[in-house]
Amino acid sequence: MANAARNLEIAEPKQYQASKSTWDEIAASREFRDLMATKKIFIVPAFIFFVVYYFALPVLVGYAPQFMSAKIGNVNLAYLFALSQFFVAWIIAGLYVRAANGFDRLAKDILDKAESARGGK
Amino acid sequence: MNISLFMFLLFIAITLGITYWASRRSAGSSAYFAASRQIKGWQNGIAVAGDYMSAASFLGIAGIIAFQGYDGFLFSVGWLVAYLTVLLVIAEPLRNAGKYTMADVLAYRMKPRPVRAMASLSTLTVSTFYMIAQMVGAGALVKLLLGGYVNYNQAVTGVGILMIVYVVFGGMLATTWVQIVKAILLMSGTILLSILVMAHFHFSFGEFFGAISQVTYHDAKGQQVVKDFLQPGLRYKPPYGPLDLISLGMALIFGTAGLPHILVRFYTVPDAKTARNSVVWAMVLIGSFYIMTTFLGFGAATIVGPDFIKGHGGTNMSAPLLAQALAGNIFFAFISAIAFATILAVVAGLTISATTSFSHDFWTNVIHNGVERKPGEEVLVARISAFVVGAVAILIALVLGPTANVAFLVALAFAVAASANLPVIVLSIFWRRFNTTGAVAGLTVGLLASIGLILVSPSLMAVDPPTVVGTARHLIQAKAWFPLENPGILSIPLGFVGAILGTLLSNEPASQEKFNELLVRSNTGLGAEKATAH
Repeated sequence: MANAARNLEIAEPKQYQASKSTWDEIAASREFRDLMATKKIFIVPAFIFFVVYYFALPVLVGYAPQFMSAKIGNVNLAYLFALSQFFVAWIIAGLYVRAANGFDRLAKDILDKAESARGGK
Repeated sequence: MNISLFMFLLFIAITLGITYWASRRSAGSSAYFAASRQIKGWQNGIAVAGDYMSAASFLGIAGIIAFQGYDGFLFSVGWLVAYLTVLLVIAEPLRNAGKYTMADVLAYRMKPRPVRAMASLSTLTVSTFYMIAQMVGAGALVKLLLGGYVNYNQAVTGVGILMIVYVVFGGMLATTWVQIVKAILLMSGTILLSILVMAHFHFSFGEFFGAISQVTYHDAKGQQVVKDFLQPGLRYKPPYGPLDLISLGMALIFGTAGLPHILVRFYTVPDAKTARNSVVWAMVLIGSFYIMTTFLGFGAATIVGPDFIKGHGGTNMSAPLLAQALAGNIFFAFISAIAFATILAVVAGLTISATTSFSHDFWTNVIHNGVERKPGEEVLVARISAFVVGAVAILIALVLGPTANVAFLVALAFAVAASANLPVIVLSIFWRRFNTTGAVAGLTVGLLASIGLILVSPSLMAVDPPTVVGTARHLIQAKAWFPLENPGILSIPLGFVGAILGTLLSNEPASQEKFNELLVRSNTGLGAEKATAH
């Protein structure tokens, strides 16, 4: 029953269909493992950094309001730290786009290989 | 003729023109649900911004900052930073592996019917709650702005009918362009207001922040007070304030990446790379907008003053009243029309995501096992459900009335998205062992935990004085059991725990067997849905 439903699920066929062994093969290939490793090296630290940097704001504002109220010029530390979040987010986004162009190159090799293995298109 | 009314009608005329144009390009599922996947990266980025920046962020944030200063600005920060989760984790895998909805990705390696049924229920819950909050807000706003011409009921009905027309006739293409027009209007209005605020302070930040450090107003007891509005703690006070702030942050950071009306936007572009670029475009616009809430909110606090705003329509009128104070009635009308456009674009986005999920996930895949019985059925069902969803939203907003206590619905939408949707999307992409039971358990626990905790939170549970009447009263007249306004800090972990426990307590080899396929598809774009010709 469940399997019947699963097969019918694909009413319009995907543009690329392959057997389980093909998918397993690609997943185990060196190129694919390279791609995943390259992605991980950027994404995991970037994600952890922005989450820690972001939550430092409510934690400091909530639990050290006196410290965060310290005046710096016309404004205070709390406002400057909040404002810095915008620029840090933009910088991480920019760095990610640069790194992702590298991911695209690695992914393209895998795509080309898969398409040609199927006998071209 | 009233200048506000004229600007409202002008916007309506433009959007109806767009809808007519789009209606002739919306035949077939891919065209109707995903604008044929031909939206360009920058266009989709602007549309994401238009879809996302709701009345809550334009009118609401300006009001919260005008009354509670710095703490309000913290919403602004979270609303932008949240897009890093979308960019780094969700957008590209979703575009690569899905078709029209987030459930497409879940259904890939799991039993489609139970997973889609739950995902659809969660999507409809988020969209409907969010929509009702917007509709009540729209009704109250239009009534304030066009008091002499339309009342609350007419305003709600009008907004509802417009959103139905956009979605039923113009599908995703019309929705996209309504959102683009709105985003451009909103950005120009906000830039203009910011410049005028700075001009008021002779373009001196010293003068501006000097004024912010001594805002004078009368508190609830009628005492005149002078407060530094840049100081934290005016809204989030001990003992639970700091925790509430962290909980809000969690709901924003992890909820945005689970909002169905944002996720469906990534299916409208040709490929994952374009989806990525569109997130960056959106971040530039959304970030600039939220930085400028500094001028809107603190400008209203210093130039107009909380006392005056309170006497002229309340917190939500802060931005329009600021416009009036700075540049008179024409600018007031322009800013009001932008607020109206903002609401329309957001409710149209919510409607199309709800109807896509109902039609594609529930009707085609759950009820009819993934088979479209005749060509065009999926789109027909979507059009009918857009009509039904719109009608239901109108009815609920009419019953609740303009003073209803609905602000918590936005918090609820983010909490459900963060606690139910996000855990299962993330686990299905990254965890080989994850399975159907886990997905259904995660969605169910996340949904119930968010709703349950909000039900017993101060948003719905409080003792009102007898002067508060009707739907403005809190639902349960007792001291709140759960002290935080936002349930995220508890409901998000619960959603993950539900998903993980459900998986560990069951065994489903089939979902593990298909993991490699999903992994390769979502990371390389192999076999991803392509753009279709008109």
